[in-house]
Amino acid sequence: MDSFVPGYIDPKSAAGKFPMPEQKFDLLVVGAGPSGVAAALAGARAGKSVALVDEHPVTSGMAGLDVPYFFGGRATAAITNQARMIETVAAMIPGLDEVFDAGVEVMLGVSVWGAWITSPGLEILPCPIAGLATDERSWLVGFNEIVVAAGARDLVVSFAGSDQPGVMGAQALYTLLNRYEAFAGRRLVILGSDRLALETALLALDKGFEVAALVEVRASPQGPAELVAELAARGVEFFSGYAPAKAESNTDGVTGLRLVPVAGGPEKKIACDTICLAIGLVPSVELLDVLGVPLTMDAEKGGFVPASSANGCITAMGDCTGMPGQSLAYRMDWMRVLLATGGREILACTCEEVTRADVFAVNPPRYLGPPPNAMANRDLTTLLKDGPPDHDQMKRLTRVSMGPCQARRCREQIAMLLAIGAGTGPEDIKLAGYRAPVRPLTLAALAAADDAHTHAGWDVWFGIPAQWVPYADIGTSRETEHMAEDAHL
Amino acid sequence: MSGANVVIIGAGVTGLSAAWWLAREGVCVTVLDKGVVGYEASSRNGGGATHYQSPLFHEEQRLWPQMDELLGYPTEHRPERIVLATNEAHFNRYKRTAAILGELGYKADILDPKQAREAVPLAGDNAVGAVHIHTGGQANPQRTVQAFAWAAQDFGAKILQHTPALGIEMRGSRAAGVRTADGVIGCDQLVVAAGPQSGILLREIGIDLPLAPARAEMIVTEALPLMPVGGTDGNGLYGRQTLRGNLAYGGGWHEWMDELPLHGKLPRPSTPVLQHLSLRLAQLFPKAAHARVIRSWAGIVENTPDGRPVLDRPENPGNVTIATMSGVGFGLSPATGHALRDLVIDGQCSFADISKLSLSRFKNLDPDWRRIQGWVTPSHHPITQSHAA
Repeated sequence: MDSFVPGYIDPKSAAGKFPMPEQKFDLLVVGAGPSGVAAALAGARAGKSVALVDEHPVTSGMAGLDVPYFFGGRATAAITNQARMIETVAAMIPGLDEVFDAGVEVMLGVSVWGAWITSPGLEILPCPIAGLATDERSWLVGFNEIVVAAGARDLVVSFAGSDQPGVMGAQALYTLLNRYEAFAGRRLVILGSDRLALETALLALDKGFEVAALVEVRASPQGPAELVAELAARGVEFFSGYAPAKAESNTDGVTGLRLVPVAGGPEKKIACDTICLAIGLVPSVELLDVLGVPLTMDAEKGGFVPASSANGCITAMGDCTGMPGQSLAYRMDWMRVLLATGGREILACTCEEVTRADVFAVNPPRYLGPPPNAMANRDLTTLLKDGPPDHDQMKRLTRVSMGPCQARRCREQIAMLLAIGAGTGPEDIKLAGYRAPVRPLTLAALAAADDAHTHAGWDVWFGIPAQWVPYADIGTSRETEHMAEDAHL
Repeated sequence: MSGANVVIIGAGVTGLSAAWWLAREGVCVTVLDKGVVGYEASSRNGGGATHYQSPLFHEEQRLWPQMDELLGYPTEHRPERIVLATNEAHFNRYKRTAAILGELGYKADILDPKQAREAVPLAGDNAVGAVHIHTGGQANPQRTVQAFAWAAQDFGAKILQHTPALGIEMRGSRAAGVRTADGVIGCDQLVVAAGPQSGILLREIGIDLPLAPARAEMIVTEALPLMPVGGTDGNGLYGRQTLRGNLAYGGGWHEWMDELPLHGKLPRPSTPVLQHLSLRLAQLFPKAAHARVIRSWAGIVENTPDGRPVLDRPENPGNVTIATMSGVGFGLSPATGHALRDLVIDGQCSFADISKLSLSRFKNLDPDWRRIQGWVTPSHHPITQSHAA
C-alpha cells in the first residue's frame, strides 16, 4: 500500500472481525443469588429483555477442580447427572418462578467466562459482549447492561493433609447442602468461629449432619455469643487457641483432624470425614476485573471489591461488592498461626506443588531440578529490594497460582504469605490480574464455530510481509518474491 | 547528577540483555522501567528463537544453547522446532521456510504424515506433514527476562523498577540524562529500548521513530504430557508447549492503538478472539482438545512501518542508541543485547551487518503512514461491515 485509500483498514486487524451476536439482551444478569434474581425481576418488569445466567449446578468436572468453590471432593455422585441437578437447583432458588413468569430467559448450568465492553484499547466490538459456556460449547451474547452478582468464593488456606478429599470450604458446603442436596460427608469439623463458621455449623446440624467441633486459632470464639451458646447446647465442642496440625486420611479421604495448641502442648485428635474451612469468603470479582471495572482493597469486606457499584453499563451487586465482617486481619491471624505451627514445607499451591518455603525462597519450579548456585543469593527479601511484593511476578518465578484451579485454592494464601514475607498487611499486596476465560474450559468447548468468518484475515502474526524477508534479500530482486507470500515460522 | 555511564530506558528483554552484555564487561549500567522487569510483551510471547529473517539469526543460534550457563539462571531454553501442517497450503509455506533455512546453512527435515504424527504426539489424523528444524528452539519468556535482570545485577547493573522515564535531558547536542520523578539520572550513553513508548521519548529530542502499538493475545492451557519437541506450532498459531506441559499459543487478529503514555496503567484487554485461538489449537492438536484453557495473555507490542527492527545509533545526538524489535524481540534478545553493546561501546556491530536496520530508511516516510497502511485505531476510523470482508 503506497498511496492513501480513504477508509482502508488493515485486513489482518481485529476491526470488523466480531459480528453482532445472534442473541442480544437489554440486561444480562450474572448470578442467580438473591441480588441477581431481584435485578432480573426488576429489569423484566421495567420492560427490558433479560437473561439470568448462573453456573450452578456445575459439572462434576468443574467441581473436581474446585471451581467455583472449594468442593474438596465431598459432592455425591448426584452431581454427575447435570439435567437432574438443574431441576434441583432451580427448585432451590427463591423467586425463580416469578422470574420465569416475568419472561426472563433463565440459563442454569451456564458460566460466563468473559465479558467485554468498548474501552481504551478495545474498540472493535459491535456492542458489549459476554462469553457463555457449558462444558460442551461456548457462545457469545450481546447486552446493553450487565449486572454482575457473582457472589463470593471460599478462602482456602492449607495445612498438612489439606489436599485430601474431605477438606472443603464453607461456600461449597452451603452449596452442596442448600442448593444441590448432594453433600457426601457425615461428620464435620469446622475451622473458624466467627459468624460464617457458626452459621455453617448450624446449617449442617439443621440438615441432619454431625458437627464434632469448631476450631479457632484465637483465644476465644469470635462470633455472636448466642450462636456459640446454641451450638454448645447442641453438643458441638469448641477448641479455641488450637490450630489444625494435620488432616488424617485413608483412600476415601479425611478420617480425622489432629489439633495442636497454638501456645504449644499435647495434640488432640477428632474423628471426622469432613473439615470445613470457614474462616473467610472472597468476593468473586474476576469477571469485573476482566470487564475493566476498577477494583479497590477493602480489608473489612473480604478483599478486592469494585471501587464503585455502578460503572457505566456495568453494575455490581451482592456479595461480590464486599461482605461486612469479612476482616482480613482475622484470616491473617490464621495464616500466621498455620505458618508457625505447620512450618514452611506445607504446599502453598497444590496444583503446581509449590511450598511456602519455595515462595519465600523464590525457588524455580521443581521440574527444572535443583536451583542453580546463583539462586543461593536470591530470595523474597532480595526481590523486595527491587520493588514491592508482586503476586504476578511470583507466579512467573515460582509458578504459584498457575494451575488448572485458576488459583482459587491459593490466591489469597499467597498474598498473605507475601505480606508476611514483606512485613506488610495483606491489604498492601496488589491484586494478581484476572484474565478470561475466568472458568477453566476445554479447547473443544471454548472453540469458535469453524466457518469462513473465523479464518478471515487470520495471520500467525501481524501479516506484514516485509517483516519476514531474509535480511540478505532486502533490497534485492528476491525481496519482491518473498513479499508475495508471508511465510514465517 | 549521579554518575551512571550508560542508562537504558526500558527493562524489557532487549534493554535487559543490553544491560547484561554491558555490565559483564564492567560498564556501569542503570536500567529504568515504569514497572517490573519484563512485565509487558517481553514476557507475553511465544518464546520462539528461530528468526531466520534477522541479520542476528546466526548469533541467536550460537547464543541460546549457552544462555543458562552464561546467565547463571534458568531460561528453560530447549532446542529444535517442528512446524506441523494441517493442510497442503500451510505445508507448502512451511517447506519454503525449510528451504530458506537450508540456504542459511541449517538442517530442516520434511516429515510425511506418519512421521509427523510420530514426532508430534498431540497431532491427529488431519496432519499432512511437518517441517522438523534442527536449529532454533524456544525458551520461557517470563523466566528469561528475570534471568537477564538478575545476571545483570550480579555484574553490578542497577535496575530501577517503578521509575518511569519522563523525558531525556539534552546538554548541547548530547543526551545528558533521563528525567524521572526522583530527579535526573545522568548518562554518557543512552539506550532507548522502551517498546511502544520509545517514540514519545525520542520525539522530544528531535528523533522521529515511527511506531504503531497494537494488542496481541495468547491462550494457555493446563499442563499435558510433554511432547519431544516443545517448540511445535502451525495452523496459523505461534507458541510452544512449556516445560511444565502447558500449551501457550497465540496468533490472529490484533488491534491497533494510539500512542501510549509514558507511565500509568496500560490498556491490554483480552477479546473473544480466545475462541478462535482455541479452535485453531484444537485443530492443530486434536489430541489436546480436552485440555482446559486456564489463562490468556494480552500484551502491547510496537511495529515499525516495515515490521523490521531499528537498531541504530544515529549521528545526532551521537550518544543515543535506539532499539525496537518491532514486536519480534524475545528470541533474538541474546543477540540483540550483543549488537547494542557493540553500538554503545564501538559504534558498530561486530558480528553482523545491521545497516539495513538503521532509522534513516524512514526519512522519506509519509507522516500519514499509519492511515496509508490501514494501521488505524478503530475509534478514529469507524468500521463498516464492508471493510471486514
